[in-house]
Amino acid sequence: MLAKRIIPCLDVDKGRVVKGVNFVNIRDAGDPVEAACLYDEEGADELVFLDITASHEDRQIMLDVVKRTAEVAFMPLTVGGGIRTLEDIEQLLRAGADRISINTAAANRPAFVKEAAQRFGSQCIVVAIDAKKHYIKSGFKTEGVGDLIIGYQAQEFWKVYIHGGRTPTDLDALQWAKKVEELGAGEILLTSMDRDGTKDGYDLELTKSMSDLINIPIIASGGAGKLEHFFEVLTLGGADAALAASLFHYRQLSIPQLKQYLHAKGITVRIWGCRFSE
Amino acid sequence: MHKLPTIKGYELVNFSICEICGYIDCTGRKFSEVGKMAPIAIIDYGMGNLRSVQKAIEKLGGTTIITNSPLKIITASAVILPGVGAFKDAMAQLKKLQLDTIIHRVIESGKPFLGICLGMQLLFNKSYEYGECEGLNILYGDVRKFPETLKIPHIGWNTIQSTEYGTRIPLLEGIPDNSYFYFVHSYYVNPEDDSVIMAMTDYGIKFTSMVCKENVYGCQFHPEKSQTMGLRLLENFVNVHL
Repeated sequence: MLAKRIIPCLDVDKGRVVKGVNFVNIRDAGDPVEAACLYDEEGADELVFLDITASHEDRQIMLDVVKRTAEVAFMPLTVGGGIRTLEDIEQLLRAGADRISINTAAANRPAFVKEAAQRFGSQCIVVAIDAKKHYIKSGFKTEGVGDLIIGYQAQEFWKVYIHGGRTPTDLDALQWAKKVEELGAGEILLTSMDRDGTKDGYDLELTKSMSDLINIPIIASGGAGKLEHFFEVLTLGGADAALAASLFHYRQLSIPQLKQYLHAKGITVRIWGCRFSE
Repeated sequence: MHKLPTIKGYELVNFSICEICGYIDCTGRKFSEVGKMAPIAIIDYGMGNLRSVQKAIEKLGGTTIITNSPLKIITASAVILPGVGAFKDAMAQLKKLQLDTIIHRVIESGKPFLGICLGMQLLFNKSYEYGECEGLNILYGDVRKFPETLKIPHIGWNTIQSTEYGTRIPLLEGIPDNSYFYFVHSYYVNPEDDSVIMAMTDYGIKFTSMVCKENVYGCQFHPEKSQTMGLRLLENFVNVHL
């Protein structure tokens, strides 16, 4: 049985972990490589590095971080943030990344997903979708009342945001996910902007709607605050993996603790190298 | 008597020359490395994550060389063919670099050979990824896509169950049955001959996750990304030829 994955995410700016990581036995809280090692030891199933470095010149630093991480942590590594060209992808893969997450570049030019998937394989290309709920109010008129709008039909959908959540697009998140699947994306990293940072739990409705619609795996992100949230999103939400950042960094939850809990709830998770549940 | 072929800087041992094409088949080592074990060659054909494989082997005390030079591959003590990406592109790259014949030579010479992920799939007759494409024809069978009823790609940690043949191979020594390994692929190999199947994995359908035929090993998962158990498997491979 394929195990559900638990994935810590590290935001990296100019080679440093944003806000740091609060491990007891860490020497340098801002060093992504050291954080990666600790997560490796804890049995994280994968690691996501999100490069939020603004300037293009500083991007070489990320390559170095990936290189140094791949030298010490023998676990799957996904890198995202600011990837625009096939060369960017190739460099990161050569440095030791396994999978590449694309967001803005995909929304700006969907063909990029196709080109990347054809060159490096679908399994290598993750499309990150930052989604936020919007309501369209479509008014309707009734004859004889002139132009007065007397009723609203609220329609809700999730809008795709790019540029790290700063810029809205015209894309509907669900349709966009379907589209990138067709273009060859191998996985969706789905972040609910409404839930991100709230610790109120993952957006189950969004995650479930998407997982019903597409046939590639989904990493759910945004909103994890306690053990139950992971259970919910991996079952009710239909997610294949659950991602969290600060919850793990600040040790509100440890990965072994979370996996023990999920295992006890009957979810297949990997506990170290050996099978723990079935 | 044959005139001994010389290749600058290398001492050749156990060589033979093909009478028809004059091809030199040999094992050998650099003069500077005489007396030392030749490195393990990791074939670089522009596909995939070579660095992790290299670092994993080095962590285990092996020496490696990432290369696409036929000579360096032929003179290596063992060869690893890694790879992620599409089958067709990979075959095209191998042919372009004339590495397909070199791989055949290496395998015929009896050196330990390990194909990882796409590197294993390439050993088979053909794949249907982006249209039918012929492989290296070293193992009989084809490479197929998972049925559409499953989520594709198969990404993440899954367990392997060794077959009756698998329990006998050195690569799985010290690795308990049902150990987790990291997979990331959409296609799987379908060997014609059951006796090459060393381990199976269950992803809705049961597929071959490890093969072995004499000195040729292949695994669908990524040992270099599978933490402790993966490193153990690579350590076993490094030790195969000692």
